[in-house]
Amino acid sequence: MSLPYDQLAAIRLGFGLSPRLTGPADPAGVAASVAAAMSAGDSVYMDGVRQMQIELRRLLLIARKGGQVEDEAYRSHRRGMNDRYLRAIVDRFARIMDDPSGFGERLVAFWSSHFAVRGGAPHANLMTAALVDEAIRPHLTGRFADLMFAAETHPAMLIYLDQVGSVGPNSVSARRNPDKVMGLNENLAREMIELHSLGVGADYTQQDVEALARLLTGLTYSARQPGVFRPAQAEPGADTVLGRSYGGDSATLNDIRDVIEDLASHQATASHIARKLAIHFIADDPPPSVVERLANVFRDTAGDLGAINLTLAEAPELATQYRQKLRQPHEFLAASLRSLGLTGDDIRGFSRKQIRQVLLNPMAVMGQPWARPNGPDGWPEEAEAWGTPQGLAMRINWAMGQPSRLVRQLPDPREFLTMALGEAASEPLRWAVPRAESRSQGIALVLASADFNRR
Amino acid sequence: MISRRLFLTSAALIGCSAAAHPLLTPMAFASAPGDNRLVVIILRGAMDGIDAFQPYGDKNLRRVRQTLSLGPDHGAKDLDGFFALHPGLHGLWPLWQAGQLGFAPAVSTPYRDKRSHFDGQTMLEAGTGTDLDLDRQQDGWLNRLLQAMPNQSWETAYSIGAEDMRILQGPAATSSWAPEANLAISPQAMRLLTHVYHHDPLFREAGERAMAIAAGLEAEGKLVPDRKEHLALAQFAADRLNRGTRIATFSLAGWDTHARQAANLPDMLERLSETILALRDGLGSHWGSTTVMAMTEFGRTVHENGSAGTDHGTGGALLVAGGAVRGGRAMGDWPGLAEGDLYDGRDLMPLRDIRAYAAWAMHAKFGIAQTVLEQAVFPGLDMGSDPRLLA
Repeated sequence: MSLPYDQLAAIRLGFGLSPRLTGPADPAGVAASVAAAMSAGDSVYMDGVRQMQIELRRLLLIARKGGQVEDEAYRSHRRGMNDRYLRAIVDRFARIMDDPSGFGERLVAFWSSHFAVRGGAPHANLMTAALVDEAIRPHLTGRFADLMFAAETHPAMLIYLDQVGSVGPNSVSARRNPDKVMGLNENLAREMIELHSLGVGADYTQQDVEALARLLTGLTYSARQPGVFRPAQAEPGADTVLGRSYGGDSATLNDIRDVIEDLASHQATASHIARKLAIHFIADDPPPSVVERLANVFRDTAGDLGAINLTLAEAPELATQYRQKLRQPHEFLAASLRSLGLTGDDIRGFSRKQIRQVLLNPMAVMGQPWARPNGPDGWPEEAEAWGTPQGLAMRINWAMGQPSRLVRQLPDPREFLTMALGEAASEPLRWAVPRAESRSQGIALVLASADFNRR
Repeated sequence: MISRRLFLTSAALIGCSAAAHPLLTPMAFASAPGDNRLVVIILRGAMDGIDAFQPYGDKNLRRVRQTLSLGPDHGAKDLDGFFALHPGLHGLWPLWQAGQLGFAPAVSTPYRDKRSHFDGQTMLEAGTGTDLDLDRQQDGWLNRLLQAMPNQSWETAYSIGAEDMRILQGPAATSSWAPEANLAISPQAMRLLTHVYHHDPLFREAGERAMAIAAGLEAEGKLVPDRKEHLALAQFAADRLNRGTRIATFSLAGWDTHARQAANLPDMLERLSETILALRDGLGSHWGSTTVMAMTEFGRTVHENGSAGTDHGTGGALLVAGGAVRGGRAMGDWPGLAEGDLYDGRDLMPLRDIRAYAAWAMHAKFGIAQTVLEQAVFPGLDMGSDPRLLA
C-alpha cells in the first residue's frame, strides 16, 4: 500500500478524504495549511461571555425578587447562551468540512485535549469554547510558551482547575477578611507541571508544586472584574520553583509569565510534548525515532510549534505506522460527514434537533461527550478506550442510519469506498461493499469498517 | 440538501436531472390523477420469489431446494394447486381470497449477468433499459410519471423513510418524510460487517457484541423501544394517501438471504405482510382505489447454496396487492425449474419485463398514454399485451 502524500496526510493528520477538496501535496503545504485554523470563525470571546454571565445573574436576581425561582426572561437568556454554545460546536465541525487539509483543526482538537477543561453551566460551556478560540487557535504555529500562558491564564482553566479559589494565606485579601477561610489550592499548579509541561515522570517535587501554587495566587476570575489578576489575593514573597526564584516585590502577572516560560522550555517538557504528539498523530506506542525527532526540534527551536507541525507533516512514520490509531468519536463523525461531501454551510444549517441527533448524542454514546472529558488529562489515546462494544455499536448505527438522511443522493458505495479510503481499502472491505443490499448499507459498511475507523 | 427527515421538502433538485422529456407535458393529458393511488415498495437485497410463492407443482422444486420452499406439506398455504404462499406471508391470505393479492412469478428488469444490488436497484428505480449508462441514471420513473400527470403538486408524490429513493427523484417536485425509528440491521449487514472486522483483532472482538447492541440503538443514540419501522412507513403513507397524495414509495431492506434463509426470510416476509395490511387498514375506503406493487432488483438462484441460503439471481417475483387489483391469481407464465429452463444455467428465466406490469398499471390508473409510457416513463420499453393487472 502506498498512498499519494495528499491522501496520506489528509487521513493521518486531517479528517480524511473529501469528494470536494484536495489537500496539500507536500509537507510544507500541510504545515502551512494550519494558518486556516488560526483565523477567527464564529468565535466565542470572553468579553461576550462575561456580559452574558452578568446579565444571566441580573435576571436571576430579578426573578428571585419577584418570588420565582426563574422567570421567562431568565430562561430565554439562558436559552440564548445555550444556542450560542451550539453554534460554537457547529463552527468546529463546519470548519473541518471546508478545510482542504484538516491538520489545523486536528491540532485544535489535540491542544484542546492537552489543555482540557470541562463545561457544565451555560457560561462555563461558553468559556470552554472561548479557550479554544482565544487561547489555542492564535498560537497553533507560535511558541509553545505563549500557547501555554494563554491556556493557563484563561478563565475556563482558572475555574476548572480551582484557581479561582486559591488565595494566598498572607495576602491582602486574607488579612482583610480574617473570618473567611482562604487558602491555597494546588490543583492548577500541579496539572501545569504534571500534565501541561514536564510530565508526571519528570524530576520535580511536592515543594515545587506548592511553590508554584503560591506563585499563581492572584490569578483568578470574576465576571464583574476585568482581567484575571488581583494582586490583593497574591501571597507575598518570592517562591522557588525547580531551583529558580520568582517574584518577591509586588506581585504581578509577569512573575507567572516568567515561570511558564521556564516550564515551557524545560528539557522534560520537550520530551513530554513530543511523546504526546507522536501518540496522538502516529501510534499509541510510537517508534522512539519520531518522538526523539520531535523533541529535538522542540528543543532546538525553543518550542516553535510551526517547526513541530512541519516535522509531523514530514514524518516517514505517517506511512510506516499507517492505521495504528483509532479515530476518536469526534474525528469519526467529522470524517464521515466530510466523506459524504457535506459543506460547512450544510452543518451551519443544522437545526438544534439535528445538532443533537447527528452530532452530540452519538458522540456521547461513543464515549466522547462534547467538551466533557473525565479529567484534566483530556481524552484517552489508546484504541481500546474507543473500540468498545458500545462505542462501536453507535458508530455502526450512525453509519447505517444517518448518511441517507443527510445526503440527498448517496454515492455508489463502490465509488465511495475508493473516495473515502483512497487505494488503501482492505481486501475484506473491497469484497464486502459490492455485496451490500442497498446503497445506504454499502456506505454504512465503509463508514463502520476498521479501515475507516482507523487512521 | 440536508435534511430529508425534518423538512417536508419541495424537492426541485440540485445538480440532478436534465430537462423534462418533451412528451412529458401535462397539458397533453385530459384526465386528472383523480382518486387512484399507487404505492411502490422496493424490496432491497433481492427477495427470493421462489420461496415467497413456492411453485410446489413444479416437480423440479424438490431437486433444487432441499431445506427451503418446502410447500404446503410444511406450512405453506396452497394458492392455486401449483403455487403455495410462504408462511411468513400468511397474513395476506384474506387478501388472496378477496382477489386483492396477486403476483407475477418470473419477471425482471433488463439488468443481466452482473448481479450487483446497487446496479440492479439503480435500473429498477431508473426504469431504463440497458442502452443507457447506469452511472448516469439520476431520475426515477415515478418522477417521470409524475411529470406526465396533470394538476400535480408538491404533495402528489411522497418518498417515505430514511432510505434514498431514486425512483422518485427528478425535476418534478415531490415530498419526503422519515420516521424517528431507524432501519434494523439486517442479517446480511451483520454477515458483511463480521467479514470486514475479522482481520482486525480489536474490531473482531468488539464487533460481535457491538452488533447485538446496535440492533437496539437508534442512529441518534437512543434505545429503540420496538422494531416497527415498517408500520410507521405504511401508516404515514396511508395517512398521506388519504389526503392529497396519490403516489407513495418506500423501501424495505434485508432480503439478501445468502445464509440461513429459513431463519431470516420469514421475518422479512412478515414485515412485508404487516406493511401491506397496515396500508389496507389505514386507507379504509381508499383501499379500493389503491394498487401496491412490491418490486425487487432481481431474483435469487434457483439452487440452494452451501450455507442454506440463496445467491443473487435473475428472474424474480412481483407482488401486487390492493382493492384495485384483479388478484387471486398468478400473472404470466412459469418458465420451469428443469436445468434446460434456467437462465445462464442457474437462475429463474424471466419471462416478462417487470416494467410492463408497472406501465400497464399506470396506463389503467392514471390514464397515461402508451406512447408516453414506452418513450418517456420507461424509455424503450415494449409494453406488449395487457396483463390486466387491475380490476
